[in-house]
Amino acid sequence: MGNVEQTYSVLVNETSCEVTCDPETPLLWVLRDSLGLIGTRFGCGAGTCGACTVHLDGIPVHSCDTPMWSVGTKRVTTIEGMSLGDEPHPVQKELIDCQAGQCGYCLSGIIMRAAPLVDAARAGGAMLDRESVCTALDGNLCRCGVHNRIIDAVVKASNP
Amino acid sequence: MNAPANLSPSLTANPLLSDWIRFTDDEAVEALTGKSELGQGISTALTLVVARGLGLNPAQVRMVAPTTVISPDEGFTAGSLSVQHSGSALAQVCDRVRELFLTEARQHMGSDQVQLVNGEFTDGARTLTYWDMALNVDLDVATADLTGGVTPASETTDLPRIDLADKILGRPRYLQDLRFPSQSFGRVIRPPFRGATIDQVDVAITSAHLGVQSVVIDGSFAGVVADSEIHAIEAAEILAQAITWTGTSDALSHADLVEFVVTAPTVDAPLMEKATTDNATAENSDHTLSARYSRPFIAHGSIGTSTAIAQWRGDELTVWSHTQGVYPLRTDLARALNHDIESITVHHVEGAGCYGHNPADDAAYDAVLLARSVPGSPVLVSWTREDELGWGPFGPAMVVDLAASFTADGKITSWDWNGYGNGHSSRPSTLSSPSLLAFGDQADGIPIPPSNDPPLVTGGGTARNGRPLYDIETITGSIHRLDVMPIRASALRSLGAHLNVFALESHIDDIAHQLDVDPLTYRLSQLSDPRGIAVLEKVAVMSDWGNRLSGESAGRGLGFARYKNSGAWCAVVADITAEETVRVDRLWIAVDVGAVITRDGVLNQIEGGAIQSVSWTLKEEVRFADGRVTSSDWETYPIIRFSEVPHIQIEIIDHPDQPSLGSGECSMGPTAAALGNALFDAIGVRVRNLPLSPANIVTAMDE
Repeated sequence: MGNVEQTYSVLVNETSCEVTCDPETPLLWVLRDSLGLIGTRFGCGAGTCGACTVHLDGIPVHSCDTPMWSVGTKRVTTIEGMSLGDEPHPVQKELIDCQAGQCGYCLSGIIMRAAPLVDAARAGGAMLDRESVCTALDGNLCRCGVHNRIIDAVVKASNP
Repeated sequence: MNAPANLSPSLTANPLLSDWIRFTDDEAVEALTGKSELGQGISTALTLVVARGLGLNPAQVRMVAPTTVISPDEGFTAGSLSVQHSGSALAQVCDRVRELFLTEARQHMGSDQVQLVNGEFTDGARTLTYWDMALNVDLDVATADLTGGVTPASETTDLPRIDLADKILGRPRYLQDLRFPSQSFGRVIRPPFRGATIDQVDVAITSAHLGVQSVVIDGSFAGVVADSEIHAIEAAEILAQAITWTGTSDALSHADLVEFVVTAPTVDAPLMEKATTDNATAENSDHTLSARYSRPFIAHGSIGTSTAIAQWRGDELTVWSHTQGVYPLRTDLARALNHDIESITVHHVEGAGCYGHNPADDAAYDAVLLARSVPGSPVLVSWTREDELGWGPFGPAMVVDLAASFTADGKITSWDWNGYGNGHSSRPSTLSSPSLLAFGDQADGIPIPPSNDPPLVTGGGTARNGRPLYDIETITGSIHRLDVMPIRASALRSLGAHLNVFALESHIDDIAHQLDVDPLTYRLSQLSDPRGIAVLEKVAVMSDWGNRLSGESAGRGLGFARYKNSGAWCAVVADITAEETVRVDRLWIAVDVGAVITRDGVLNQIEGGAIQSVSWTLKEEVRFADGRVTSSDWETYPIIRFSEVPHIQIEIIDHPDQPSLGSGECSMGPTAAALGNALFDAIGVRVRNLPLSPANIVTAMDE
């Protein structure tokens, strides 16, 4: 930190935004602080809990250790961008349906991690199984112990 | 909850109907509670209690988050008592409110035939709503005579969590998301080790950073306030580099913990107010069994870090916190600031998951100190992950010594329990001086005194579940509460019950093994409590106990307890595989929580408690040396992951005619015990020191 601030033009949830910050500033804080997209959570700041997961060009990354200089022209998608047009993502719908949450703090990161997997399964016509969901979510921590409900919801969401 | 109920203790402290229920102009019911939504779903359960009590649709009920402005003072949201206390209070209040409105409606219509139907009072021709009569019915009346039965106006229905959809859809809901006009952001720098004080600090270099509004140095408390969260984080990094520290640290290390806990100075008290003794026959016993059990300090490990907002306007202080108790926090803020308590307001706002006394209150005081430097501005302070895992209160390390005598036919003639460790509560307002972390760092502050234990009558702390529920002739024991606190200790979900149930159920299993009796058969033969027997028999059926499969490294174990000996009954069967590490394959859980309010809420709490207990019991240990916690990130303090979570099946034995009991903590101890017993079944070695890690298993094998 302590470098000269720079101005970046970023595409977030299909909207072009301009932000001014230190190049090393993590994307997480640009989203929460500069852009007011508070659905992305701070959990650890070290990419070890998954709470801050967002998509860059559709690929899940930890926004807490993604510096702004590295974002470039990649499309950023956050949890707010998952329910554009008022229609929640199938993962979100199933999480609500399964009541798969207690405190819920880990869920936006889990949704962002699971969504591409679910989208691919639905497109390919093959449902996910428990094991592949667990493998995909192993970098996402949940402290309340809601894992089984989350796994069930993600598996259900993958049913085309 | 149509049980014969005694007056809820919450009603003794907050006796007016209007302390709990208000009818608003927009045709809603505001329900007040002192209990905080911690992620456990209490606001949903209480919504349902009120809707049932008044015969209304849950959508018409608005729970008001606890606030010192209008909420009833119900102390802490702790001990699985929210349904027992706040739920029964609201049920009793709603019962009376409904009666008063029914009386008013009958008088108004001049008919004894008026009934409450679908939320409206009707004589068949005319209807009146609660809101039509709200001005005529005085709710500023005391509830002291509300000791009779409670009859809900409508039946139990499950209600989806009222807060969950927002959290899943990424809408603002958490304290971390709360924004005000002209808001500032703060960060605090903690010392490099316990006992360190600031030697020198270069304030100017921090003040010069972009957006910095103030730098606060008070004794060894150091923090910054900036115009944005990004700038606050940057400035905190600069400030951390600008401070040099001095002092000496305590040399205690986690490696020496058991020795420390049993030799440190203690304050002693008996296990029970009155010893259970009927004709001690210990001398006639054929066998004795003595063993020592231990657990390390355990971290709360919430996925979000502690956060608060504070704002000073003149002498008026307002705080937004995810505290477990808005009133106790206010008390300690007033004590620490030497400030008029009536000038302080504390509002509860939901945060990340709370499993006991975490740093939420500490963050509140941090925000208060920082906000004082920018009068008028609300200042949001969030902790770092390292501080959350390094500086918050931990669930205390404990040692339990058990000595049992039993006859050849299995009768336990004596049971002696000695529990050692720090007390399980250093909650705000309960100690001789404030227990807010920064207060100990301030120039004129006082270090946090050693923690205490809740009284035995409310379940105790170190001694929680120290007394077995089995039929034992003589039970003796002493609590040895540490009078020093090198590592900060306070309440963590289930308090002493985690280790006590692990220890006593391990001991019971060892006795059964010595007698060559099946562990389930043995427990049933030593238990007369019918609801205890029922959960054991239920879990035996669920798991097909008698028909167990055992592979080479597979094991099956049983754990049972009635939480606090006065709460919910819970029995757990665990199937594990013990290879390089212990893998939990499956858990079966049978519970009796009395009358069920929200079935789905109970299932979620029981399962969550069991999974958290698997994590504590297999993996978790706070590590420290030279005054510094070294397990301060998720790599050095690993918790359970998705791939490690067992399949879980739960059955609830519902007793609609019995009082409701809390479900948040009852599965912790029995799960831990079932794992230890399954491990013994798998490898034939009794591991008595938690966690059941490869290192502790190897040590036990070598003994």
